[in-house]
Amino acid sequence: MADRLFAWLMLGCALLVVASLLWVLGDVLIEGLAHISWTFLFAEPVDAGRSGGIGPILISTLWILLIALAAALPLGLGVAIWLSEFAPGNSRFAVHTGITLDILAGVPSIVYGLFGNAFFSIYLGMGFSLLSGGLTLACMILPVFVRTCESGLRAVSDDWRLGALALGMTRSTAIWHILLPAARPAIVAGMVLGIGRATAETAALLFTSGYVDRMPESLLDSGRALAVHIYDLSMNVTGGDGAAYASALVLVVLIISLNTLAQSLVDNWFKRRLVAS
Amino acid sequence: MSIVRQRSINRVDRRLGQMLGLLSVGVALLLMLIVLFLLNESWPFLASLWHEGQWLGLLQNPGWYPLEGRFGMTPMILASIAVTLGAVLLALPLGLANAIYLEFYASPVTARGFRLLLNLLAGIPSVVFGLWGLTRLVPLITKWQAPGTSLLAAMLVLSLMILPTIALTSAGALASVPKDLLAGSMALGLRRKTQILHVLLPAARSGIASGALLATARALGETMAVLMVAGNVVQFPSGLFEPVRVLTANIALEMAYAMGDHRASLFASGLLLTLLVWLLSWVAQRVNRQSQAFARRG
Repeated sequence: MADRLFAWLMLGCALLVVASLLWVLGDVLIEGLAHISWTFLFAEPVDAGRSGGIGPILISTLWILLIALAAALPLGLGVAIWLSEFAPGNSRFAVHTGITLDILAGVPSIVYGLFGNAFFSIYLGMGFSLLSGGLTLACMILPVFVRTCESGLRAVSDDWRLGALALGMTRSTAIWHILLPAARPAIVAGMVLGIGRATAETAALLFTSGYVDRMPESLLDSGRALAVHIYDLSMNVTGGDGAAYASALVLVVLIISLNTLAQSLVDNWFKRRLVAS
Repeated sequence: MSIVRQRSINRVDRRLGQMLGLLSVGVALLLMLIVLFLLNESWPFLASLWHEGQWLGLLQNPGWYPLEGRFGMTPMILASIAVTLGAVLLALPLGLANAIYLEFYASPVTARGFRLLLNLLAGIPSVVFGLWGLTRLVPLITKWQAPGTSLLAAMLVLSLMILPTIALTSAGALASVPKDLLAGSMALGLRRKTQILHVLLPAARSGIASGALLATARALGETMAVLMVAGNVVQFPSGLFEPVRVLTANIALEMAYAMGDHRASLFASGLLLTLLVWLLSWVAQRVNRQSQAFARRG
């Protein structure tokens, strides 16, 4: 009896969570679909965003994302390769870098915003701009990306490295032609995780890329990201809820597609590992 | 391991290694720069406190009146702690129940679907949770007791946000408990409920604890969702229905116009947040290492 009750209780908790998730998503979907249209996606916002669309905001979001990725991906990949392939096993520097990365992965995004404002916007004189926003986000996603890539590279079996050595390949060739392709799923997963985090970010962008909702003309222009737009519409603009929900729908669709992509990639990867060993 | 990672004699390889090493030094410096800049920007404020011998003033000063030079952060620190604790207390039992359901009751297909849903929940941006909380949850609470934007609303929204982390890490911890324990408890003829609650949960406790600590760090650092539903009145959190302002929300609200000491005090609160998160992740790591050692022994 008690056993049955316990099972029901667990099922109830699961249903509760599913119900609240459906409530959130359903709300976003219903309210968003009521307000969304093709013109909404491409038009300029009118009347502080109450009507009109999110065209310039989408463009700013994509620019910020692009800058963040362009800065974080090559840097992150380089550091990951060094940490897993070149760093001497007992080097204190490598250990300390790893610990620093782990801590920075947990630092609240608003703190990155403070740093970005002080360093990129003021110290380097970029002002409130797409560039300083994107670079701030790059700092934010770098730790997670490095750690994911590094663990992916470390998971590549040493047999592959030995095989490459035996074939007389140089280390650089082995890394480029064998290790990186073998670790590709982890790299892609880290990338997509970073994209998800960067697209959803609001707090770090409030005082680095700013609020301006016009079409940005250069990278040094201020531009409003989609998440910032949602925040502004719901907090500071009365009667902006419909547009806020529509923007939220766009944002969620963007992120969910990227997240499921990461998930399925990781799953496939593990399956292949299991078969290969 | 050591053979394949040995120093190479090839020139191109050495050059690549040096280049990547330099890159790593650069990134490490960049990361250190973050802490340095926080320190540098908050230094005037910290130094003035030091000179006036008012280190405790930060905590004793009852009010947050930055324009008059009174920076009492206690109400916001307490509000941050209250919101975080409330969210974790709500999400922990629920998340554990979900983990147990996932590991022991759900059929493989259901478990797969449920896992997918939890991942979805984890992927929803905080600003969307804030929007939902503001337009759905807050009016509901207002009907019950005004003003609606309150400690309770912040706790509910946050608990929903950290739930997937707790559920998924706990499920992982439960899955990695040695199967002997389950077999042993079955052989003893224990009930399913007793097996789970008294044998498996205690065996997985350090994994669960480290997941819960990570979720706590996330709740503490969350800005947007709390900012949108908590009401943002600087006061001691005295009741569930009182509006409060947390540290992160304070930074987001005042950074736009803060100057001089006020700005420095905001950076100081950022530094404080970083230290707290640091502490939490350190404890989580210790707990995790303990659990790994335990698993190796068992």
